[in-house]
Amino acid sequence: MAEEQKPAEAAEAPAPSGPTSPILKRLADGFGEKVLSRHEYRGDATAIVDRAALIDVCKLLRDDPELAFDFLMDVTAVDYIGRVPRFEVVYHLYSLVKNHRVRIKVPLEEGDPKLPSVVALWPSADWLERETYDMYGVRFEGHPNLKRIYLYEQFEGHPLRKDYPKEKRQPLIGPGAVHRIPENDDLSI
Amino acid sequence: MADEQKNGAPDEHDEIDLHHETMELKVGPSHPATHGTVRIQLKLDGERIVWSEVEVGYLHRGFEKECESGLYYQAFPYTDRLNYVSPMINNVGYALAVEKLLGVEVPPRCQYLRTIASEVSRMSDHFTCLGACALELGAFTAFLYGVEARELVWDIHDEMCGARVTCNYVRIGGISADVGPEFRAFVHEKLAQIAKLKKDFEDLLLSNPIFIERMENTGLLAKEKLIALGVTGPLLRAAGVPYDVRRAQPYLVYDKLDWDVPIGERGDNMDRFLIRINELNQSTRIIEQCVDQLPDGPVDINDPHVRLAGKGRVYNKMEELIAQFKLVTEGPKPPVGEVYQAVEGGNGELGFYVVSDGSGSPYKLRARSPSFSNTAALTPMIQGQMLADVIPTFDMINMIGGECDR
Repeated sequence: MAEEQKPAEAAEAPAPSGPTSPILKRLADGFGEKVLSRHEYRGDATAIVDRAALIDVCKLLRDDPELAFDFLMDVTAVDYIGRVPRFEVVYHLYSLVKNHRVRIKVPLEEGDPKLPSVVALWPSADWLERETYDMYGVRFEGHPNLKRIYLYEQFEGHPLRKDYPKEKRQPLIGPGAVHRIPENDDLSI
Repeated sequence: MADEQKNGAPDEHDEIDLHHETMELKVGPSHPATHGTVRIQLKLDGERIVWSEVEVGYLHRGFEKECESGLYYQAFPYTDRLNYVSPMINNVGYALAVEKLLGVEVPPRCQYLRTIASEVSRMSDHFTCLGACALELGAFTAFLYGVEARELVWDIHDEMCGARVTCNYVRIGGISADVGPEFRAFVHEKLAQIAKLKKDFEDLLLSNPIFIERMENTGLLAKEKLIALGVTGPLLRAAGVPYDVRRAQPYLVYDKLDWDVPIGERGDNMDRFLIRINELNQSTRIIEQCVDQLPDGPVDINDPHVRLAGKGRVYNKMEELIAQFKLVTEGPKPPVGEVYQAVEGGNGELGFYVVSDGSGSPYKLRARSPSFSNTAALTPMIQGQMLADVIPTFDMINMIGGECDR
């Protein structure tokens, strides 16, 4: 299936039904317009945050005793190709004390896919942000060691982007080899 | 070693200073003492670790890309290969995520069977972890006891789905096959055999001073740091934090059963080992209760648009026939939206983040794997420790390549 041609209807949530979750309400009280929108779907609370406010929002999420999100469980991105803004970086947070979860999303423009790193707030972001950078080419500014984590340094492109063809091969032979099989080469023997 | 000697014999009037340079040591990617392909780079001052870096990715095979290009139900075999020693938990986690997205819930009998499947997988994971740990610390006999117990665990796998390792057992809205009437007696018999082997396994190791010396007070990390690093599962519970997804945010039938969340005190490798031993007992309790309470009834959702309706209905009813055709060729179509569903995997919180664009294949499928976050904690755990402590610490992290590298 040629997924790059798939119409990228944004998987945007259905009509925002108002902040029923106390987490989202607390966020809205603290930040107002910097929280671009918020919704709940199937019990998952989600807030969409402008990247300029990300660090402040995260500080509130971590330090506010009502929220107390001590776990950064996951960082990833979604490529909504064809939509503006194209990328969304997604954070999943969990609070051990309050036993609740929230999802924070940061939309990013295609031409400028960068946002501040949260490694200083949650050290678990270190590898997770590296992985997101590796797979999507999103740059986390202020990350202490932003380099590829799964793929090798010579790898070109970011494979989880929707415009990266699934069949494309970039084998690396030998330690640090530069030799690569050309893109259109028939690999069948 | 060579580095330390090349400065020549010290003048007897000078002070003897052996430590001029650190030695670099690279462990892996394929090393007999690491079960999993990972490369650990170390800088040693004598035998003490002054710097380390862990490189992962040797088993990266594009799990997410592969899943995004297939239909929802085609992702199950790939989830089997995330944590390949506890495949059923991955199956269950993914199915729960898609069902949450669809807004459906499976019948009670299916929930019990999925709970059994999860716990059977957890036992297989823990036996592998503990047995391999013993092996890598030189106790080969204990390893054989662990692996034999795992074989018996896989007999239960086999009874449930016909496969021992790559089970592909769970379906969206159900499971691939129901169990027969002899299942209860079969499971009780196997669990009794496993308990006996487990006792021998414990006796072999826990009275062995060498094993205890190597496990105790190694790999320590404060619980605040573990939380900050996103470490979950037995590692976190060993440090005294009773976080278990099954208890904190119950799914399936875990809230209807009687079991405990064991926690440790110090959080060293010994505690991690004992927590896993104790969790084997808890899993046994859960499975026993589940097979005893297993309710009658269907195992699949009665909705031909989510789960294939049996052949009898497909051959005789128009609507079911059409639904079967649509379901196989186009896949189930969840409404536009996104969900995150967490389950307690063998090594910690296993989460699936699924984004739907309304089509039959996931627009985005992300697995939050416990091994990834746990492996990132290896560097702080071994900082300043002895070289020999790397092995038990890495064993107790139990990095599973398939899950860590996806």
